[in-house]
Amino acid sequence: MHEEKKYRDMKKNIKVLGPGCTKCKTTYNNVLEAIKQLGIEADVTKIEDIEEMMKYNVLTTPVLMIDDVIKVKGRVADISEIKTLLTA
Amino acid sequence: MFNWLQYFADWLIYTVFGLTHGTKLGDAVNFFVFDTIKIFILLGVVTFLMGIVNSYFPIDKVRNFLTKRNWYGFDYFLASFFGTITPFCSCSSVPLFIGFVKGGIPLGVTLAFLISSPLVDAVSVAMFIGMFGWKVTIVYVLSGIILSMIAGYILGKLKLEPLLTDWVKQILLNKQIEDNSYQEEKQTLFQRLPGIAKEALGIMKGVSLYILIGIAIGGLMHGFIPTGFFEAYISKENPLAVPIAVIVGVPMYSNAAGVLPVLQVLVQKGIPIGTAIAFSMAVVGLSIPEGLLLKKIMTTKMLLIFFGVVAACIIISGYLFNLIL
Repeated sequence: MHEEKKYRDMKKNIKVLGPGCTKCKTTYNNVLEAIKQLGIEADVTKIEDIEEMMKYNVLTTPVLMIDDVIKVKGRVADISEIKTLLTA
Repeated sequence: MFNWLQYFADWLIYTVFGLTHGTKLGDAVNFFVFDTIKIFILLGVVTFLMGIVNSYFPIDKVRNFLTKRNWYGFDYFLASFFGTITPFCSCSSVPLFIGFVKGGIPLGVTLAFLISSPLVDAVSVAMFIGMFGWKVTIVYVLSGIILSMIAGYILGKLKLEPLLTDWVKQILLNKQIEDNSYQEEKQTLFQRLPGIAKEALGIMKGVSLYILIGIAIGGLMHGFIPTGFFEAYISKENPLAVPIAVIVGVPMYSNAAGVLPVLQVLVQKGIPIGTAIAFSMAVVGLSIPEGLLLKKIMTTKMLLIFFGVVAACIIISGYLFNLIL
């Protein structure tokens, strides 16, 4: 029981915000690849609906959020960068 | 400035490849090699320089700057100016729009930013320098800013707020002055350079295919279409040429990288430069995909007014270009 809670706390919550242009798709794929390479588990959500996106007060897309903190906005984050952000 | 490059292209094509100078094939290949290298050098320099400016004036800072105080109309200029240095992905236009109006920036000022941002950017500036030289580039950039200001001002005066889509109106009703605390990066220029260079390379990579295709088509046309070919059909005297060029250009979706190499050749073959610039503004500034994105925030009526006002401004500047260039 205790173990499970700890595990859940460590699980990263990743959101990729973007209306589905190439840049946003690249970011999303980079996130998946980074997670695979790190061998960690994470909740990855892709937010494509603009009304939903505006709740996060973003100006430029794509946006990469880790545990509800905006880490990268307005550009594609590459795999090594995402790995660094996830392990930090 | 690029004489050395022409020598290199001549040497490569006529000496190394053994193509004959003055043949259609030789000219076309020479044009392709020379223009491709020249454009990539310019693009690298301009995206890098604009990247430096942008790293000191990121979009969040621009928004805060515009919301902080009443600018008494000067904000139209600021929005149009900052639009030119902010790199723009058309899919950012909606979040940007909402973020601006939510922060209390007037609708017209927001639209001025949305018009100028795709119209004048690092790619179009680099392409214009490479294809048409400094004088035309300066005229293009200045008129891009002025055009965005005027179109934004007109749209602001039209009081289009009731024509926004319902969910946007909801947001505007509930707008509050948010905590816009923008955290300035404390990095020195030297520390920023790697990131800026990476960004610039990303932009170059993104448009490289367009450039190659544009220059390849331009090269073919350069070699195979006789000089003055278009003069018979599209002349400065034909008053309808500019509006037709703009109306044809509006639905088309491309960027400056793909359009300008072709336009350069068209101008060499006799199309008036003002008409050509108006066409490229229409292609770069307005498009059907952009319209579809904006449908999310604008009703059809407002979208038509928006496109109409911008297209009209482009047509007028096309006539002006033909007069002064």
